[in-house]
Amino acid sequence: MRSLIDILDFTVEEIDELIKVAMDIIKNPDDYAEKCKRKKLATLFFEPSTRTRLSFEAAMMELGGNVIGFSAANNSSASKGESVADTAKTISCYADIIAMRHPKEGAPLVASKAASIPVINAGDGGHNHPTQTLADLLTIYREKGSLNNFTIGFCGDLKFGRTVHSLINALSRYTGIRVVLISPKELMLPSYVKTDVLDKKNIPYEETTSLEDAMPKLDILYMTRVQQERFFNEEDYLRLKDSYILEPKKLDNAKKDLCIMHPLPRVNEISVSIDNDPRACYFKQVLNGKYMRMALILKLLEEAK
Amino acid sequence: MNIDSITNGIVIDHITAGRGMKLYNLLKLDELDSSVAIIKNVNSKKMGKKDIIKVDSEIPVNVDVIGYVDPGITINIIKNGVLTEKKTIGMPEILVNVIKCKNPRCITTVEQEIEHIFKLTDKENKVYRCVYCETKAQ
Repeated sequence: MRSLIDILDFTVEEIDELIKVAMDIIKNPDDYAEKCKRKKLATLFFEPSTRTRLSFEAAMMELGGNVIGFSAANNSSASKGESVADTAKTISCYADIIAMRHPKEGAPLVASKAASIPVINAGDGGHNHPTQTLADLLTIYREKGSLNNFTIGFCGDLKFGRTVHSLINALSRYTGIRVVLISPKELMLPSYVKTDVLDKKNIPYEETTSLEDAMPKLDILYMTRVQQERFFNEEDYLRLKDSYILEPKKLDNAKKDLCIMHPLPRVNEISVSIDNDPRACYFKQVLNGKYMRMALILKLLEEAK
Repeated sequence: MNIDSITNGIVIDHITAGRGMKLYNLLKLDELDSSVAIIKNVNSKKMGKKDIIKVDSEIPVNVDVIGYVDPGITINIIKNGVLTEKKTIGMPEILVNVIKCKNPRCITTVEQEIEHIFKLTDKENKVYRCVYCETKAQ
């Protein structure tokens, strides 16, 4: 049974195909309004999420399908000690496809091994978040017209930021990508991502602690939130949470066609006054996420036939 | 036990000197009723010094454990006093329930029934990563 656990589960050609379908959905939404009629998506969210869960639910509804599920672990049998595998087997009896978010890394992989229906990883702890990456890729494609030949800066929490790791992995398969890593020393990109992905694929990258210095080089700026839930102690979180805040002044030396992205939710790392700047793409990213999830649901249900 | 000759059993040879005891524990040889000998710091032309383990019974050996701890080890199977099989153990691609993931955020740390699976991701540097969370084995 085909699932999406890691963005690298899909080939570049498959991702291109998803983008193509998503673009067609944007153009001809009515053609897709009944594609998932009588199909059910189960959203199993063992960890709170507004955006991802509602995006999945909206995606399934726009395909004419239905949605069942829960939005917190204490609303499920997990609170009684049920294993992830048993939950997946049970839900396989009710639904046609699962979208799962879980605080423990690897839980969606465990579910996919046990389930008899496709499983989509909707985020597993600090590990992977492949559908966010799909949203990011469609955003880059729509804003830049291609997934090749640009300089992308990742800013903020690059250590625990799963969206950053997934996107770097995904982009490593395209050509002409240059990466600038902007973070405090405590939140630098883990060395294994640098050695196993960037070095291995010969992707040029530089590390800096200064957002201002990096700004003029960037075609894309990918901001991230310093997430409290990834820290074991509050003291470290409070010390680092305001490390990088994007304010209008910092965009003075930015390119005119810079694309500012953020996986959201933001706390204060992008000033609200930037929202109306034409370079702000983070709410477009949210919408693109829905389209890519629609394309993904269609693909996995088609392959499960 | 005569450590020079075995009638039916196995000889684990070419163990890097000093790793014999670790292998003895990981293979759970202490649980056997049969005779087991660990010979340490044996002179070796190839290795300088090596350890050898001799087990005086035919037991199934977890070659994944051996390949993980010390790739290059040779296993000799002895039957009726004759060497019937000799194999050199390389690094296994997959390790199942040999080592445990130490990442407190990994699903394997909360669900006891899940198999601990590690994949060889970098042969040159002997790096194994947990298939669930990709944490490097220590």
